[in-house]
Amino acid sequence: MDIVNQLQRQYVDFLSSLYREGLLDDQFLQIQKLQDESNPEFVNEVVTLFFEDSEKLLHNLAVSLYVDQQNVDYQKVDACVHQFKGSSSSIGAQRVRNICASFRTCYDAKNLEGCLRCLQQLKDEYYLVKNKLQTLFRLEQQIVAAGGVIPIMG
Amino acid sequence: MDCEMENDHSEEMDLEVLSSMWPEDINEEGKLFNLEKPGADHDMLEGVKLKEEPAAVDFNRLVDLTTYSEKGSSQLSNLVKSWEYKQANAVRMLREELDSLSKQQKKVELKKLEMIEEHRFEEHKYGGNKRPVSVLDEVYDIWQEVPRRRNDVVVHDQRPEVEAEYGTVIFWKQRAIHLQKLLEASMQREQIALEKLQESIQNLERQSSPVEELSQVLRRADNYLHFVLQNAPVVIGHQDNELRYRFIYNHFPTLGEQEIIGKTDLEIFGGGGVKESQDFKREVLERGVAAKREITFETELFGSKTFLIYVEPVFSKAGETIGVNYMGMDVTDQVRKREKMAQLREEIAVQKAKETELNKSIHITEETMRAKQMLATMSHEIRSPLAGVVSMAEILSTSKLDKEQRQLLSVMLSSGDLVLQLINDILDLSKVESGVMRLEATKFRPREVVKHVLQTAAASLQKILTLEGQITDDVPVEVIGDVLRIRQILTNLISNAIKFTHEGKVGIKLYVIQDPCACKQGESPNVTYTDEQTAPAKGSIDHNVLSTSKSRSNQKDYNGKSHGEVPCQNHGHNDETGNPLQNGASTNGDREEYPPHETTVWIRCDVYDTGIGIPEKALPTLFNKYMQAGADTARKYGGTGLGLAICKQLVELMGGQLTVSSIEHHGSIFTFILPYKVSTICDSSDDPDELRDMIGHDAANDMNDDDTNYGFFKFEPRTLGPIFSASGPGRSQMLRPNGFGLSAINTRIGYPQDSSSFPSGNNTPKEICLIEDACSEVDVTETSPEPESSLMHSPECNNKISIGKEHAKHDDENIQLKISSINTCNSSQRPKDVLDMTKIRDPQVMHQMQPMSGRSSECTSNDSRDIPKAKSKPKILLVEDTRINVMVARSMMKQLGHEIVVVNNGVEAVRAIHSTNYDIVFMDLYMPVMGGLEATRLIRSFEETGNWEAAIKAGVEFDVSPSNSFTNGQEYKLSRKRIPIIAMTANALSESADECYASGMDSFISKPVTLNNLRQCFEQYLAAFL
Repeated sequence: MDIVNQLQRQYVDFLSSLYREGLLDDQFLQIQKLQDESNPEFVNEVVTLFFEDSEKLLHNLAVSLYVDQQNVDYQKVDACVHQFKGSSSSIGAQRVRNICASFRTCYDAKNLEGCLRCLQQLKDEYYLVKNKLQTLFRLEQQIVAAGGVIPIMG
Repeated sequence: MDCEMENDHSEEMDLEVLSSMWPEDINEEGKLFNLEKPGADHDMLEGVKLKEEPAAVDFNRLVDLTTYSEKGSSQLSNLVKSWEYKQANAVRMLREELDSLSKQQKKVELKKLEMIEEHRFEEHKYGGNKRPVSVLDEVYDIWQEVPRRRNDVVVHDQRPEVEAEYGTVIFWKQRAIHLQKLLEASMQREQIALEKLQESIQNLERQSSPVEELSQVLRRADNYLHFVLQNAPVVIGHQDNELRYRFIYNHFPTLGEQEIIGKTDLEIFGGGGVKESQDFKREVLERGVAAKREITFETELFGSKTFLIYVEPVFSKAGETIGVNYMGMDVTDQVRKREKMAQLREEIAVQKAKETELNKSIHITEETMRAKQMLATMSHEIRSPLAGVVSMAEILSTSKLDKEQRQLLSVMLSSGDLVLQLINDILDLSKVESGVMRLEATKFRPREVVKHVLQTAAASLQKILTLEGQITDDVPVEVIGDVLRIRQILTNLISNAIKFTHEGKVGIKLYVIQDPCACKQGESPNVTYTDEQTAPAKGSIDHNVLSTSKSRSNQKDYNGKSHGEVPCQNHGHNDETGNPLQNGASTNGDREEYPPHETTVWIRCDVYDTGIGIPEKALPTLFNKYMQAGADTARKYGGTGLGLAICKQLVELMGGQLTVSSIEHHGSIFTFILPYKVSTICDSSDDPDELRDMIGHDAANDMNDDDTNYGFFKFEPRTLGPIFSASGPGRSQMLRPNGFGLSAINTRIGYPQDSSSFPSGNNTPKEICLIEDACSEVDVTETSPEPESSLMHSPECNNKISIGKEHAKHDDENIQLKISSINTCNSSQRPKDVLDMTKIRDPQVMHQMQPMSGRSSECTSNDSRDIPKAKSKPKILLVEDTRINVMVARSMMKQLGHEIVVVNNGVEAVRAIHSTNYDIVFMDLYMPVMGGLEATRLIRSFEETGNWEAAIKAGVEFDVSPSNSFTNGQEYKLSRKRIPIIAMTANALSESADECYASGMDSFISKPVTLNNLRQCFEQYLAAFL
């Protein structure tokens, strides 16, 4: 029981740190609330989907911006970033979403340098939040494995 | 000064000119009077022609002054001193010259001696080789101190040059001759020196007249003074200690000398300012301190002029003031300019203030705009979801519930109502405060308003209280005002009164007052409350007034359904018009007949109760926002504390005033007076339908002799019997199995206590109950869905009454009523809309209601109290390309109980609409292949034209399978109705909402989608399925 408590506390602390650092926002809470008996793996599924999509998008962005720097297809960049923005805001990855917004100003201005910088930031933030979310899920699994219930925040 | 003189005496001697003899230090302060030294004949003033001296002088006085006044004597002594000094200087110079001459003489003598000695030396040459040393060589040095010029005169020692050989006779002869010459020359010089001396002495004598010199200097100074003052607007004068003029200089004299000298100001001229200046001078004279003052003269002599006057006292040597020096300068122009400047400055200040004011009002306007926006936001953001909650709870309340659930639900509903009320209150308040509140002027009948307010209150009454209303005869039948607001005020005050009254009665009294000030007449609450049981005198009504009564165009609005109008019957009445009712004593005075032709009438309204009253100390803050009489009150009675604040603001907005008087534990009277316009065309024609308006015919039959009580309503508590509560306007009643019923209109007869005592002469039953047993469904649905907040005509009371005895049927209708209420609730957020709907003017609403009614009839036929569940689920289409968003949205929809169909881009969306009938579409804007805006445009185009040409043109290919073509055809017929399309946008702000609307979208929700967003949308657009 002790270990469950400890894990639960750890989970709560960790999750609230994610909120505190602005990595996640209320939307993540919404997602969590959508998970119920009929859909017990909902959060995990959504987030996994997010990872898959994001990595594809990051790859596409990198291709668009690095392969032919003379003729960057900004429309494609726009499509990718827009999608990235939509998916990140859907799961509440706040910081990723914010970078998408500034990314947009860069490609609107056809500022390649800015775009590259934004892409780098986007990667950084994405992998950061991915890392954190994976940690979070691991914690969840541990809690479940220890026979505990995942605490509900908010 | 002396030493200065000494130092440059040589200079002066060179010039042989005396410096100005004008005292250089005429008074202690320093040189104030600097005069140019008159150079050789270039007197500047020579060319200037001075006018005749404008000064008038009393010379005797001048002498007196110079003799006796300190200043005069000091000036004189200065002059003398300076003259003496100059003389001394001259003497000294002469003496020096004499010295030098005598020295020359000595020298010459010495020379002589020397020559003689030389001779002796010649003789002694042989005898001794001694050479004599002239001691005087050193002495000569002193000559160096003698002015150089003197040196010219000095005879140089010249060695006689003798060519002849020394020692010869010739030599000596020559030498003698030479010496002789030298001697002669010396003599000659001596002679010249003597002459010069003589001349100097003579000169001295010639110059030695100090008076002459002084007067010359003085004249020069005088000339300068005149020159300077020639055109100056200056008056200079001296007045003695009786303030008689002794001297005056005025360049523009208007009076002759004899008219001024020896007279005082007052004696010379009169007019404004003269006395003041005289007093001022006297003051200076007395205080002995110089002073300046600006005085405006208003004299016949020189008109209106402002002078700056400087007055200084003149002291005698003994220190007594012996007069004043006075100097005045005409500063009229300056004063005028100054005043103009001040005026200008003032204007500028005013301008600036105006500017600030304008800025402020601009600011306020901006604030108001913002407030408006906030109001809109609030009403939308708070009220609509809340309305949803409350509506749902209402529906829930009609379903089968056990007792506990019902209880919980009732708490939920009342809390919901409270929050709604609070929001409405806040909105009202902020509307009033931000000036957004607009008053409407509509014709209304005060009697009806009072009656309906009481009815409404009675209907939801949960206490044993008597509600009564009295309207005096002089109150016009119809007045013009904002009836909604007036009802709001009345309802608020009445519900307040009821809240704080546990037994006794609560009432409204309306009467005309003549003057808004008169309403302040002290009222004695004691009278009111102690007399409450006494039967009021018979209400009497003027014949004129009688005939005017009729229901308020019931037939028009409500298909002739009766509304429990108090019928007015013509019949006899007491001659006494000002019939005192319970507190008639206090109102008698106010009840003057008001001239009927007046266009504005002040009506006073008292809302009285026999409740707990208000402690005196709470009275001052009673009308403050969020203020209740005390913390206990708030705990015990609840409420927002805004009601009275709103009432007060509303009353004041309408130009009236709201006051309160109260005695603790006895009751309170809230009084408001308001001006109303009286419609000039007094609609006094008898309404033919009026008789049909009668309800409660039993009562009418019993009491028909008493129809005069048109101006009096009474709602007495009923302690038994079935209630109308089932369909009552208040939800609480619905939930309450056995509420108190009120006889309401049935017992509307004013004086039930002793009704029998009324003459029953007019027995003919003129009241006919026209109430059908059942109201048509439409009628029921017409009723306002929000009884608490609705102040309008409330026919449900009547319906209630009429159907009161038929419970079975009634219940069904009740359900119907509820449903329709909810429906209207959902479809409109604004109270105004609600109002409109209650009037059923809006065909759309009608349209919306019809199916509901239909559905509910089904239910009634099943005789089930269950709320009809929405059997058909809405078909929802989500157009979204991002998988995650789809997933989230789907999950959320699922939680809300909806299944969705998902397509991934605009083209697919168009195809989906093409093949299936959806009830709502959620559309992402930004998608590959085709965006949401374009897809929306295509769909709208189809709805308008009935064909998909635009879509086909845009490149959308439709499957032409047989099944599809079938649905397509069906659609063609069925679904030309507009599908609600909701945009889902990632940045609600930057992606312009206009664009969404322009493309034909109905609304938009911002991403990320949340449960609340979705729910709200469903409430708004899928109300039919909820």
